[in-house]
Amino acid sequence: MVEFDQSVPLRIAVPRGALFNDTLDLLERVGIDTREVRENDRKLLFRDVGIITMRPSDVPTYVAAGAADIGITGKDVLAEQTERDVHELADLGYGRCTMIVASEAGADPVADALRRLGIVKIATKYPKIATEHFLATGRQAEIVEVKGSVELAPLAGLADAIVDLTATGTTLRENNLIIREEILVCTARLIANPVADRLKASAIDALLAKIADTVEN
Amino acid sequence: MADRIPSGTRDVLPDEMRELRELTERMRAVFDKAAYGEVYTPALEYERTFTRDGATPDASYRLFDGDGNMLVLRADMTVPIARLAGNRYATAELPLRFCYFAHAYRKVRPQRGQSREFLQAGVELIGAPGPEGTAEALTVLSDALEAVGLRRFRIGVGDQALFPELLDQLDVDADARQLLLTELAAGDFVGVEREVRRLKLQGAEAELLLTVPRMRGGAEILDGLTGPLAHAGTGMRALLELLPERVAERVIFDFGLVRDLGYYTAAVFEVYDPAHGLPLGSGGRYDHLLGSFGRELPAVGFALDVERVHIALAAEERERG
Repeated sequence: MVEFDQSVPLRIAVPRGALFNDTLDLLERVGIDTREVRENDRKLLFRDVGIITMRPSDVPTYVAAGAADIGITGKDVLAEQTERDVHELADLGYGRCTMIVASEAGADPVADALRRLGIVKIATKYPKIATEHFLATGRQAEIVEVKGSVELAPLAGLADAIVDLTATGTTLRENNLIIREEILVCTARLIANPVADRLKASAIDALLAKIADTVEN
Repeated sequence: MADRIPSGTRDVLPDEMRELRELTERMRAVFDKAAYGEVYTPALEYERTFTRDGATPDASYRLFDGDGNMLVLRADMTVPIARLAGNRYATAELPLRFCYFAHAYRKVRPQRGQSREFLQAGVELIGAPGPEGTAEALTVLSDALEAVGLRRFRIGVGDQALFPELLDQLDVDADARQLLLTELAAGDFVGVEREVRRLKLQGAEAELLLTVPRMRGGAEILDGLTGPLAHAGTGMRALLELLPERVAERVIFDFGLVRDLGYYTAAVFEVYDPAHGLPLGSGGRYDHLLGSFGRELPAVGFALDVERVHIALAAEERERG
């Protein structure tokens, strides 16, 4: 007789950082006890409730490998890691940000660089999205990947402009940067491992239905 | 300093090789009993063999021979066997049954732990139309996995033609259709929903396009299908009735399952095991590929990734203790 897996609870990859609290609120609303997760800053694995916590950009890695059945992360992360084989199941609506091109206030340095030098230097933490955006708009760009505060790059002369994620635009304004182009609106997404999406179909569908209910109400 | 080998390739040492050999011997016994004759084809083929219409998997490694011919390392075994069947068995009695244990070569993305060179075990059944041919291939697949010792595997069965047929019936134009199929093949259901909303269909029709890709489960999902789904349901039920009980209980019907290899035409399969996060193998019907090699014949086959089967088996055995 075939053994079934349906009784095992789903393992959920939860992103720490900006999406953390909204994600825990959502899980709480669909009936998952998140108290222990909220109270423990350093613990990473919460076996009783099937939650593991990690930085948002690691969520697709764990889910694609099947180390988590489902996960929550931003569309920005998914757009940057398109090669990860995961199912994108739902737009959760929260964590809304925009991927933008920004440069120093005044005459647009991007237009100036393209006109005089034929190429523009772009600093970003999202090399794939930036490359794709400039290719798609027919402009030659040299993409410089940085790990920390991207806003510094145009101020220090490392790049003509940046591609980055912004929610309120405060950090940009404080650094005298203005938004020149909007690339992509990003919200939190629910993703699933493709194998789990078949083998644990009923558990995943039940969770999706509960999420749809809470989002509608 | 040690000499390196290309990323995505590896050496196999005696302990692992012994286990791999035992595993493939068990599969070979199943294939042999079902009258599948083992073949081997060259790892190098002319590029034109892999660029016939029906868009085959992209061969990633190209080289020139001394005469300037473009050669490729085979990207799978289905295309070489289709070539072989067209060339060497042009008038042979049908059906043809072949099996193979051979390496195939695909490109990899850096640091993803993917293999450039991977060992496939599979069969091709040529000249046997569905559903009978499909049922035979699924039975051999299931028996091979049982013989290896996997206990918890399941086989997803979909229909490559189902969603395109639905879109035809709803008169969806070519551009929108391509976008939808791309999102579906990528598993982006948020994208599917966005494209469906953009079509401005009636409520029930839009609902159908959103529901169908998520329909997956046992035989119960084939009950009570009406309208545009009735045909697909009838086909899958006919297949189910031909499957022995031991195979039928392994099957997950999945209306959202599509494979991204261009040559699949109808039934498609994927093999899953809860002990491994990636599919262990896949296959399906390719009823037009043989035609481009000179003999129009319906065909079906599958390929298992031997290393993944080995990983899943080791994980299952660990869980069993």
